[in-house]
Amino acid sequence: MIAHSIFFYTFSVIAVVSAIMVTVSKNTVHSVFFLILDFISISCLFIMIGAEFLGMIMLIVYVGAVAVLFLFVVMMLNVAQQKNQWFASEESSKHIPVGLIISVIIFFELIIVIGGWKYKPDLFDINNSINPSTISNTHALGQILYTDYIHVFQISGMILLVAMIGAIVLTFRKREGVKKQSYIKQISRERDEGVQNLEVDNNKGVKIDD
Amino acid sequence: MTEIGLGHYLTLGAVIFSIGIIGIFLNRKNIIVILMSIELILLAVNINLVSFSIFLGDLVGQVFTLFILTVAAAEAAIGLAIIVVYYRNSGTIRVEEIDNLKG
Repeated sequence: MIAHSIFFYTFSVIAVVSAIMVTVSKNTVHSVFFLILDFISISCLFIMIGAEFLGMIMLIVYVGAVAVLFLFVVMMLNVAQQKNQWFASEESSKHIPVGLIISVIIFFELIIVIGGWKYKPDLFDINNSINPSTISNTHALGQILYTDYIHVFQISGMILLVAMIGAIVLTFRKREGVKKQSYIKQISRERDEGVQNLEVDNNKGVKIDD
Repeated sequence: MTEIGLGHYLTLGAVIFSIGIIGIFLNRKNIIVILMSIELILLAVNINLVSFSIFLGDLVGQVFTLFILTVAAAEAAIGLAIIVVYYRNSGTIRVEEIDNLKG
């Protein structure tokens, strides 16, 4: 049990520190890196607590896809060099105490909720419906996900499809002045538009395409 | 102290949630960091759901974590696309200078 607590405190301290660094880091690229570190440590916690499938999915989805997407956008938009100017102007420094107060209030509300839940009677008496010794976490999750939640699963697939189409449509841009090959135009070309017989006068030459 | 229970995980989730809120309020730099703070908040929600699911022995929490992951990925993609389009149109994504809606 002592190893469990050591690992928990290590990973959670790394997660909290990197979450703070995401918000206060001066460079946006560094923020993305700390976000990746945060996700990795939280997924280590998930694997440690017994939710192996979600930990691995978290690594794949967040670190492999979302964080790389963030990195791409940060590098494309050339905003990585913008310095963090919290205290530069008067109006921006007004937000800081309000934000601090609101987040501290939210934190204490959550702590109160956790405390109330902790002292609720028969908290841990609920029987485990899953038996971790016989089937793995991934197996159990798949047995629920593909039977009871199949409709929600397919709707989430539709959400991903809509997000993909939406992102493409939003960033699509018709470029002007780019020469493109048009197969229809090439195939439907007739002899009359391509070849022309001209009478050429002596010493004058011919002007084409006027 | 040495026995890690449900409360420890919930406290970790609360801490990360509050850090995400702080990040949204205090950010003066650009919108991308605000999107990252939203990701942090969704991560805190995921921690809560997974720890409840493990400690109470109900797998539905993990199923919903999967769906939250899906929605978070879709939201990040759409949000970043909107940011790219805005940057192309106005040349900046600094938080103070985005005031077209005059809110």
